[in-house]
Amino acid sequence: MTTTLRDAVALTERPSRPSPVSTTLTFGWRALLKIKHVPEQLFDVLVSPIIFTLMFTYLFGGALAGSTQAYIQFLLPGILVQTILFVTIYTGYTLNTDISKGVFDRFRSLPIWRPSPVVGALLGDTVRYTIASVITISLGLILGFRPDGGILGVLLGVLLLLVFAFALSWTFIILGLLVRSPNAVMGISMMVLMPLTFASNVFVDPVTMPSGLRAFVGVNPVSHLVTAVRGLMAGSPDAAEIVWVLIASVILTAVLGPIAMRIYRTRT
Amino acid sequence: MSDSLAVEARGLVKHFTSRKSVTKAVDGIDLSITEGSVFGLLGPNGAGKTTVVRMLATLLRPDAGTASVLGHDVVRDADAVRSAVGLTGQYASVDEDLTGTENLLMLARLYGFGPAAARRRVQGLLEAFDLADAGSRQVKTYSGGMHRRIDLAASLVLAPRVLFLDEPTTGLDPRSRNQVWDIVRVLVDDGATVLLTTQYLDEADQLADRIAVVDHGRTIAEGTSSELKRSVGEGAVHLRVAEVGDRARAAEITERVLGAEVTFDSDPHAIAARVPDAGADAVPRLLPALAEAGISVPEFSLGQPSLDEVFLALTGQPLPDDVEPGAEPGAEPGSDSGSGPGPGARESTEVSR
Repeated sequence: MTTTLRDAVALTERPSRPSPVSTTLTFGWRALLKIKHVPEQLFDVLVSPIIFTLMFTYLFGGALAGSTQAYIQFLLPGILVQTILFVTIYTGYTLNTDISKGVFDRFRSLPIWRPSPVVGALLGDTVRYTIASVITISLGLILGFRPDGGILGVLLGVLLLLVFAFALSWTFIILGLLVRSPNAVMGISMMVLMPLTFASNVFVDPVTMPSGLRAFVGVNPVSHLVTAVRGLMAGSPDAAEIVWVLIASVILTAVLGPIAMRIYRTRT
Repeated sequence: MSDSLAVEARGLVKHFTSRKSVTKAVDGIDLSITEGSVFGLLGPNGAGKTTVVRMLATLLRPDAGTASVLGHDVVRDADAVRSAVGLTGQYASVDEDLTGTENLLMLARLYGFGPAAARRRVQGLLEAFDLADAGSRQVKTYSGGMHRRIDLAASLVLAPRVLFLDEPTTGLDPRSRNQVWDIVRVLVDDGATVLLTTQYLDEADQLADRIAVVDHGRTIAEGTSSELKRSVGEGAVHLRVAEVGDRARAAEITERVLGAEVTFDSDPHAIAARVPDAGADAVPRLLPALAEAGISVPEFSLGQPSLDEVFLALTGQPLPDDVEPGAEPGAEPGSDSGSGPGPGARESTEVSR
């Protein structure tokens, strides 16, 4: 063991410092490996949109919109938004798991561009978002979702949604850095996202709601996002809402990104 | 700053504030670790050892004081420190979901190895650490010893000149512990500097050139293992008589021959005596004297005081995890070898008959 150990440890040539792009991609690769080794983590991503879509379409669709066929045109973009927003929680959850397992401190002890573990993880999240989107939209198409916006409208809707999802992830990254356990991240995030997604226009048009709730739905960022995505997919883009979502995404990133990185650097 | 020092720390302080209480995790620690040596930070749980290592590894910012690794300041020049240091501990682990190979490959890529060079490096390390066959398995399926070896391999990907090992053998069986020790010895032979934290006296004794005993965030003693033991001042004789009835007579003879005070403990067969430096020459006469009196002594040991006793003398408290109250070291033949790090810290010459 002694000689092989010596030979194995001895380094003839020290590598040069890798670029931020290279280290970020390496962390993205790690996120993919984790999906490969722990496919269970995709279970929620796959199952919850299926259940929600089927349940709402067939239980409530006829009553709410006259026919299930009519309702799914309204529901599907909303379900997609809800699904992706819930998937963003995983960003904080996986980060917190890394911290509690001690993996993150090893990364922090490496001579690399500091944000690369976080940014790399966000890259990996893209895969989760994509899978969730494909599943939800495919199911919708099977159930009779026929978006007037065509392929382009649907893709643009998904793209806008992803922009907002990445911006929102910073919230959960901060939560993941501050909260004690991965399950606490999950619990707190659910408590915030549940009311935000239900008290919105994801499932129903808010006109029949009491005025107080309607006011809340009106200012709820999720409603803006749903209206924007719905417009794009229906082929009648609502420019004001799209701009609203983009500005909100920029503000979230500009404010929360630096805060998250600061907590990340100074975390004890 | 002397260039032969691998690690230098002056007045390191780290306090943690939670709610209304302040924990003085590290409360003014100085360290000077010579290049190519093994330095042991010895202390009970919560003594502040891990906090010291985390500050030296740039994971925590000191509240006060300065520290440098190979001349690089840990705060101002953190990246240079990170390039020079390898780190292993409970808090700097590998990813259990990934395989051993994937973990090391990821680190090699993060250190800047190209794809082919990374593969070669990882293959060599896996073979050297006896993990080649386990490379394609997820780390969570590894045994404790394998897990610690992959941790060690992970901290050696860049062949660091300074290695921080935080409790590297806690929870390992004796065989795996010996493997880890062997690895550390090879690395030090090749010029690496190792800072080792441990709660095991045995481990510090076995590996470290110098030892700092820390308690409540402060260094309470520092020196080589024998210096620390000598600071307690005396050697010790432990013996067990075959017949309980002989103990009083044996004690009398021991007192007379050694000129030392004898102590008894709960074991009705056992006698212990602190041997003053002046009485050391008389020790060889003790066994013949006992034999002449017809007293059978199946166990006899002579040695420096153990680090347990040193710690006790320095702090007034035994090491919490290590000392079994009333257990007399050397009371059972062979109890000092292979019983795991712990009470077996006695550096002694055993004579059994």
